[in-house]
Amino acid sequence: MSRRRHSDGDDGGQSHKRRRTSEPIEIEDRLESLICRVGEKSTSSLESNLEGLAGVLEADLPNYKNKILRILCAVARLLPEKLTVYTTLVGLLNARNYNFGGEFVEAMIRQLKETLKANLYTEALYLVRFLCDLVNCHVIAAPSMVAMFENFVSVTQEEDVPQVRSDWFVYVVLSSLPWVGKELYEKKDVEMDRLLNQIDGYLKRRLKTHVSMLQVWTAEKPHPQEEYLDCLWAQIQKLKKDRWQERHILRPYIAFDSVLCEALQHNLPPFTPPAHMPDCQYPVPRVIFRMFDYTDAPEGPVMPGSHSVERFVIEDNLHNIIKSHWKERKTCAAQLLSYPGKNKIPLNYHIVEVIFGELFQLPCPPHIDVMYTTLLIELCKLQPGSLPQVLAQATEMMYMRLDTMNTTCIDRLLNWFSHHLSNFQFRWSWDDWTDCLALDADKPKPKFVKEVLEKCMRLSYHQRIVDIVPPTFTALIPADPIFFYKYQDEANSALPGYAVAITVGNAIKNRASNEEILTVLKDVPNPNQEDDDDEGEGFNPLKIEVFLQTLLHLAAKSFSHSFSALAKFHEILKVLTDCDEGKLHILRVVYEVWRNHPQMISVLVDKLIRTQIVDCAAVANWLFSPSMAHEFTRFYVWEILHSTIRKMNKHVQKIQKELEEAKDKLERQQHKKKDSGDEEDMEKNSEDEDGQLEEQIERLQEKVESAQSEQKNLFLVIFQRFIMMLTEHLVRCETGSVDFSTPWYKNCIERLQQIFLMHHVTIQQYMGTLENLLFTAELDHHILAVYQQFCALQL
Amino acid sequence: MSIKLNALFSDSYVDVSQYRDQHFKGNRYEQEKLLKQANTLYVGNLSFYTTEEQVYELFSKSGDVKRIIIGLDKVKKTACGFCFVEYYTRTDAENAMRFVNGTRLDDRIIRTDWDAGFKEGRQYGRGKSGGQVRDEYRQDYDPARGGYGKLAQLQRPPEGRNSF
Repeated sequence: MSRRRHSDGDDGGQSHKRRRTSEPIEIEDRLESLICRVGEKSTSSLESNLEGLAGVLEADLPNYKNKILRILCAVARLLPEKLTVYTTLVGLLNARNYNFGGEFVEAMIRQLKETLKANLYTEALYLVRFLCDLVNCHVIAAPSMVAMFENFVSVTQEEDVPQVRSDWFVYVVLSSLPWVGKELYEKKDVEMDRLLNQIDGYLKRRLKTHVSMLQVWTAEKPHPQEEYLDCLWAQIQKLKKDRWQERHILRPYIAFDSVLCEALQHNLPPFTPPAHMPDCQYPVPRVIFRMFDYTDAPEGPVMPGSHSVERFVIEDNLHNIIKSHWKERKTCAAQLLSYPGKNKIPLNYHIVEVIFGELFQLPCPPHIDVMYTTLLIELCKLQPGSLPQVLAQATEMMYMRLDTMNTTCIDRLLNWFSHHLSNFQFRWSWDDWTDCLALDADKPKPKFVKEVLEKCMRLSYHQRIVDIVPPTFTALIPADPIFFYKYQDEANSALPGYAVAITVGNAIKNRASNEEILTVLKDVPNPNQEDDDDEGEGFNPLKIEVFLQTLLHLAAKSFSHSFSALAKFHEILKVLTDCDEGKLHILRVVYEVWRNHPQMISVLVDKLIRTQIVDCAAVANWLFSPSMAHEFTRFYVWEILHSTIRKMNKHVQKIQKELEEAKDKLERQQHKKKDSGDEEDMEKNSEDEDGQLEEQIERLQEKVESAQSEQKNLFLVIFQRFIMMLTEHLVRCETGSVDFSTPWYKNCIERLQQIFLMHHVTIQQYMGTLENLLFTAELDHHILAVYQQFCALQL
Repeated sequence: MSIKLNALFSDSYVDVSQYRDQHFKGNRYEQEKLLKQANTLYVGNLSFYTTEEQVYELFSKSGDVKRIIIGLDKVKKTACGFCFVEYYTRTDAENAMRFVNGTRLDDRIIRTDWDAGFKEGRQYGRGKSGGQVRDEYRQDYDPARGGYGKLAQLQRPPEGRNSF
């Protein structure tokens, strides 16, 4: 019986086919909907909804058991924020139908194995937690759960495995204890104590080289940025001291205790953690982001302490809500604000802390940056009387702590803040920040304000920025984004090339052809040549300058004008920049003319790379060159560099994909040959086709290798430059007996870290080369430490 | 293992809207197909003064922008309050639909919608006076969009005639 769905493209005339097959589908959809929606806002109590649903599902078991099993397994895996609602439901079903309970547990174990094999560690975590809570619902016997925990913790005894592997198994056990610690201790306290001792020993001996690379703030005050396992351990210790009394988690099964305790329990089958394989990708370590404590929320409910298990559960749930609903900002905001138990906690503070925690997470936020901006705006809309104040308080706090904030996080903060302001008419109490005016311009606070204002200008216009800040802030206002034309007026007529510049300008305006323009340019003397022994075909910086300055001047009106100009005269630009020095010089000219308009520089560099007038390595060399040293700490320089690296990465991926597709095509063709009959004609044609494809594959293979070589070279150039600059600085400071830890140094070393963190996936491939060529033991230990911390992340 | 729980994980901001381009060369089915694969967005309710640079900055937040085409008044050839933003990938365009649509640019809530793809001629307003159709008939005063709607401008008594 066909189960094809009624497709959108149909004209609706096929409804007679639908009638026979739709009923089971409709019922399955309804079941899915009922199960997914239980626990949401309702006129009835949660208990009566669960009771009702259990009845419905029990009745549907004979016909829809497999579907129900699959849906329940899916919600266990995907909706951890509603864990206890669903464990209660399963508990009720188990009480009514023991066999179903057993089949569910089996299905869960199967799913657990599959998720582990598929590197879906977060989902596996939720599955284990679900199984734990099923102990509370009398579905699973406590001793068998303890046995599973013992197998997990025994992973810490394994040798030659990545630390992140044993980390994960320990994390699974510890993070389940808020739910099930009490029950397990009541039944098996000796075994549990032994487990916790083993964990304690492991935590004491594990390495924490990675921590400083992941901390948002380097300062211990006011809130230490703790390693995630250390923080969780402290929370569990406290919970144990409180005799496992946990009051925050919503436990619907308590109301059903009389029913559930009558149920027969199942034993978990013995579960051996799958062995470590080279392609296993365990979750990366984290640092717990904390920015608030109970002193920050002066009125209303008290914020649970940093080592309370309540804090862990709240944060975990809020993260999960964002994970479930990040694509739907209205739903996400609503779900966050309707967190169960919100009246007992300063929910707005928790939400803001969790959101910034994600935004600042190193190496990368879990979701795209702009999502957090829009989510916060949505939250402000829903809570206009309270959330904006918390957000302002948070912003103020983060401004105060800029001195110790990681540079990458400062980038994200200023991107968020400027974008946020642009949605609220740029209203801000700038006067509160006049303290930054007294500081040197290279210190974090004035730098931050300057970069924020520059970003605000990009979203509006120069005069707007002048209008929104107090007059005292004039020094921090971004420059007016004007073009600097060297050959502007007759005052410059003495400059070499001036006359040609005028001629070229007129030629362009009169739509001269590329040949005509090249002829005009022949008249430009080459300052690099001594005699005229050449035809002048080599690198001529003046020629580049005269042509490009004039062209960009004529096209300065908008991005589109400039892009058209680059496209129209692509040929000429290619000729002029045929060598590395030419490529470098073109970038220098772009900077010279547009140095007041960093955004324009960014988009022009992007176009020059995409049209292959310059290559990525040239851009890297240019940014690290002495001529750009004074701009080295400006935000836009790093925007350009990271954008360049990303373009390189995407280029390699694109060709790799083409290669894969060509290989797949060949494979399919060869299969078809085997399957079809043996006709001479067909064989001849397909041989030709195969031959063509094989040639194509060979060409693509070469292309991939060449692209990867270019990519590796790009990273080598970048790292080499960093090492040179940092070493020079460190040596200079040492010989001068000066403290090396200047704002410039902090910026530079953190930018080096940023390269590793933002592009870790790609860099992994080249670790061998990096270690052999660059990050050797001879390196200054400050620089080497960055590399070692990166390796410790086992990304 | 994987069932997707359609009931729960919707992605409505990415859905195709009810609007269909009346000048589209092809049938409804073809237009919908293109909309569902599109990397291009139509952006509406812009101020006439909003620049390409501003649009670039905002829309770059969801990914690399391939090109922007500012909508022009057919007669005056000046910006008339809309544009097209084309991305290199569909994913980046989707994120713009999820996180840029409905937020502010130049203090105005802008609206984005899927577009079947830019074709020469589509950068012009289709209103009788040269701007967008919506500016022909609206009755409110919007200083960032030329003041009153075109029809309303014709209906209003001209200013300053009674001075002498």
